[in-house]
Amino acid sequence: MYIPLSWLKDYVEITIPVEELVKRLTLAGLEVEELRYVGLPFPDGSGREEMEGYLSPHTKISGLSWAPDKIVVGGVLEVMPHPNADRLVLCRLDDGQQEHIVLTGAPNLFPYKGLGLLEKPLKVAYAREGARIFDGHKTNQEWMILKRSKIRGVESYSMACSEKELGISEDHEGIIILDDDASIGTPLVEYMGDAVLDIAISPNIARNTNTLGIAREIAAIIGAPFHPPDYEVPWTGESIEGRVRIEIKVPELNPRFVLGLMEGITIKPSPYWVQRRLRLAAIRPINNIVDATNYAMLAIGEPLHAFDYDVLVERAGGKAPKIITRLAKPGERLMTLDDVDRDLDEFTVLVTDTAGALSIAGVMGGAESEVNENTVNVLLEGAAWDFINIRQTEASQKLTSEASYRFSRGVHPAMAERGVRFCLKMMQQLAGGTIAKGLVDEYPLPPKDPVVEVTPADAERWLGIHLEAWEMAEILKRLEFEVEVKGEHVKAKTPDHRLDIGEGVIGKADLMEEIARIYGYDRIPETQISDTIPPQYGNAKLEREEQIRDLLVRLGLQEVITYRITSEDREGQRFPQDAPKDDRPFLRLANPVTSDRVVMRHSLLASVLEVIERNARIRDRMAIFEVGPVYWVSEGEALPEERDQLVIALTGPREHATWLGADTSPMDFYDLKGLLEVLLDQLKMGERYYLPVEHPSFHPGKSARLILGESPVGVLGELHPLVHERYEFGENPVLAAELDLHSILERIPEAVTMLPVASYPPVLEDLAVVVEEAVAAKDVEDIIRKTGGRVLAGVRLFDLYRGEQIQEGKKSLAYALIYQAPDRTLTDSEVAKVRARIIEQLEKELDAKLRE
Amino acid sequence: MLDRIHTVKEIALKELEGVADQELLQAWRVKYLGRSAELGEILQGLKDLDSGQRPLVGREVNQAKAALEKAYESHEAELRIAALEQSLRYERLDVTLPGRPLPQGRLHPATQTLRRIYAIWAKMGFQVYRSREVETDEYNFELLNMPAHHPARDMWDTFHVTEPGILLRTHTSPGQIHVMRERAPEPIRVILPGMCYRYEQLTARSEIQFNQVEGLAVGRRITFADLKGTLTAFARRMFDRHVRTRFRAQHFPFTEPSAEMDIECFLCLGEGCGVCKYTGWLEILGCGMVHPTVLRNGGYDPEVFSGFAFGMGPERIAMLRYNIEDIRLFWGNDMRFLEQF
Repeated sequence: MYIPLSWLKDYVEITIPVEELVKRLTLAGLEVEELRYVGLPFPDGSGREEMEGYLSPHTKISGLSWAPDKIVVGGVLEVMPHPNADRLVLCRLDDGQQEHIVLTGAPNLFPYKGLGLLEKPLKVAYAREGARIFDGHKTNQEWMILKRSKIRGVESYSMACSEKELGISEDHEGIIILDDDASIGTPLVEYMGDAVLDIAISPNIARNTNTLGIAREIAAIIGAPFHPPDYEVPWTGESIEGRVRIEIKVPELNPRFVLGLMEGITIKPSPYWVQRRLRLAAIRPINNIVDATNYAMLAIGEPLHAFDYDVLVERAGGKAPKIITRLAKPGERLMTLDDVDRDLDEFTVLVTDTAGALSIAGVMGGAESEVNENTVNVLLEGAAWDFINIRQTEASQKLTSEASYRFSRGVHPAMAERGVRFCLKMMQQLAGGTIAKGLVDEYPLPPKDPVVEVTPADAERWLGIHLEAWEMAEILKRLEFEVEVKGEHVKAKTPDHRLDIGEGVIGKADLMEEIARIYGYDRIPETQISDTIPPQYGNAKLEREEQIRDLLVRLGLQEVITYRITSEDREGQRFPQDAPKDDRPFLRLANPVTSDRVVMRHSLLASVLEVIERNARIRDRMAIFEVGPVYWVSEGEALPEERDQLVIALTGPREHATWLGADTSPMDFYDLKGLLEVLLDQLKMGERYYLPVEHPSFHPGKSARLILGESPVGVLGELHPLVHERYEFGENPVLAAELDLHSILERIPEAVTMLPVASYPPVLEDLAVVVEEAVAAKDVEDIIRKTGGRVLAGVRLFDLYRGEQIQEGKKSLAYALIYQAPDRTLTDSEVAKVRARIIEQLEKELDAKLRE
Repeated sequence: MLDRIHTVKEIALKELEGVADQELLQAWRVKYLGRSAELGEILQGLKDLDSGQRPLVGREVNQAKAALEKAYESHEAELRIAALEQSLRYERLDVTLPGRPLPQGRLHPATQTLRRIYAIWAKMGFQVYRSREVETDEYNFELLNMPAHHPARDMWDTFHVTEPGILLRTHTSPGQIHVMRERAPEPIRVILPGMCYRYEQLTARSEIQFNQVEGLAVGRRITFADLKGTLTAFARRMFDRHVRTRFRAQHFPFTEPSAEMDIECFLCLGEGCGVCKYTGWLEILGCGMVHPTVLRNGGYDPEVFSGFAFGMGPERIAMLRYNIEDIRLFWGNDMRFLEQF
């Protein structure tokens, strides 16, 4: 919220520079998001006149500084027609040094045109030649320097400024007409130079959505004298008694309702100083009565509502009106001030009279009973509402207001009476009239203001500092707690303007925060934890996951991380166009931001393929992987299973062409399989198989299911041509593996047992066999291994041959065999026997022929 | 006979001087030192000499052979050195030609940053604890001291799923409750990393999906001063051993007192630069003492236990460290971006 510095100074004596104030506020939890200079000189002493930058990472700094010798209070003595332009006037203006002719098109001077010498000079903000101001014709704040020119034949070198030109507000409708107390020739910065603090109000400091609240904080933080306003009302009228009644139907939602009555007021615009403060606080001035309610709200934080009393009397059939607060009835409607005819919810609280709804409590008034230019008597409402209820109404009506902003964060019921008193005085000051004596005050449910006891031991325990009881008491007093000190015990009663202090241990924590904040976080030392070291638990799953990442990176793969929120279309793209849809239910967002981020993914494959696609034009070779969860919804379970997956994708040439020569043929199934093999070997994974598989994403002849132990853990292969064509890939095949990381992690052995290193020499031998094309290499190897038994220490396929030298439809597989025994040197005859058995077995089982 | 031996030796030595390569040298060796060489033959013929001459001739031949062997060896070494010098002089690679390339793998910059954070906290005794991303309203809000309709909930724009009461976690804080309920009443020191989600428009500064690393310490003697000390130690490890930290009061519903920690800009060390907007400070993380309600919901008696918690955004830290200006680059996975880390 925006708070002018000048207004703060009504309640607290600020002697430190505003920049220092901003820093101290920010450190104490009142984050100043922007410091905007409205006339005051900048802190850097550079004499600069405009500013754009940052005071701290959280605080922007901006604005205009008004040069004391260039921008002064001027007095318009006479407004004369322009000889050549109907839409311009010429003013005789006194700037305290001499008279000038000033040209303006400001419509608010036109009523004075041709009246001759004015009775009293009109006080305006006068900018001399060379003054730096904002350009009123630009949409943004762009500064300019006033230069001499001729406009329609009349020389112009200075001007009477609008609020926009001086950086006060966006208003450029007319020039500023100052209150009469401004004295001609005074530098404008002295008269009304200001700065506006834009302060972020977090939910726990809702009490500070007003000038008084911030002033109180400042007083506490910088230790300055605090002057809260005087709520004594100069009652001037007859008693309010019998002229209005109140009935509260649901005290839980409306713990207090206060009314005051003003009679014989005159509706007119507010004086300039009120308008200026409202505009600096980003509130549009309306008329003196509405302005007074807004002014009171901005000053002390209680939103107020002014009714036209006579309308209420008329609605009551000429009798004293009765205000009833109650829940809306089914089907009840109300036309609110914003001219929207609203269908009300049954939980919404209304302010009504005997004739029906008047306003949505705490949110917005109704059109019928609002104050208008003919209003003479005003009934002023100050009330307290349940903040959660107001939030529900705000949400359901999609309606917020300055009032609901405050009520939905909680306003203490004690403020209702203070608000009415403050505002009655303000209205009388601005609109005249009399204040009917007394208030009608229904207060069925006063809140309990918690009393909390803290001791130095608490500060020791929570904050790690030693504070004496009196020091804590002193801080709390500055925040208007009623404090009683007995020895070590500080008993603090919560002041009746805040609702954020709890009871018991929570209240203690609340008070510790207040004490720490005001004491200053910067004064609390930095220590190392002295508490017991907790039991140490590892995180094996994370360690293994990171190990897999490291292995893949070592194998030359780039890690990617994609969005986990996706769409069914995107997910479906990993299958051929007309493949059966993935009918397993998705976890679906109720409030997506965009239509392509709607469900939580079932696979990483589609996202990883999108990465390949996105980079296809800039990289012909890619080797990437992603590790992350997929989300499985199951019947009867509110929460999905989050199961980690690993997806690898390869595409492009095996190697980039180099001057040394390279294998630039495209990567294929065996590149991917080789990579997986290394990964699984490195993970010390035991038995594994690859079986042909039918999977819609993959080429039926170039894909396999990976089986670890007994369990399938995923599929790898070349992408199905019909899937390939759904993405904008390059020419090369795309290889991918989609693996259930969870199952892989589970199977990583805890430890490896060392096998003795052989000390007897091995016998090395090659064996080539010719088999039918359909025979799987795995079957050949399995037979070799099984038959070779313990002395066969190694089997490695080193050649695969198809061609002229052998029969068509057959292939030759050549293996390098290592025979070795742990306890002796094998003899040639031993090896020959084993070899013969292997050949015999291969012939028997696979009809294999030894290739000589 | 002795003259003959002497002459052969002289001839051989003379001839050796002219031998210029290994091949000729071997031929020389065969010629003068081989089995059928003259000296060899003389030696074989010793038995035919009379016994008076035999020892004398024998000694003479052996001496000559030894002299020739020695000459051979030194000549062989000379030749080898000459050949080596020759090859060292003329075998020249173009060292500016590129090396044989190997594929380079890399971790995603978010993972790299997470790793760095894990490592620092691990050394400070904080272990990693992870929990689920899809959460209940209860864990994400209620148990963290934000009952339904609480205004503090406005601080988190939330993705809800169609199942009532279920949402995508807006922070890793639900993990605080999970770990506390699992370990109470043991003391705790953990970090809680993971992906979080916020209902946001995608812009250069805001993402719908982001990592967070939260930290939690619970014990019987944990203070706000400890929080300051621990986080300052972390900042110095993470950024620069000289950075100063600054704690500003803030509000978070699940901690009290709460703070935000700024660090002195590690790029300019407080001098002022574009990254810190010329203020010398960077906003890094939120923290505070665990709220009594949260401790209680986690199974710890707030009268006896206290704790601190903090949360930081690895992507934001990476953005500061690497001067990344658009957060969308992280999940965009453009190779030209990823390959820089």
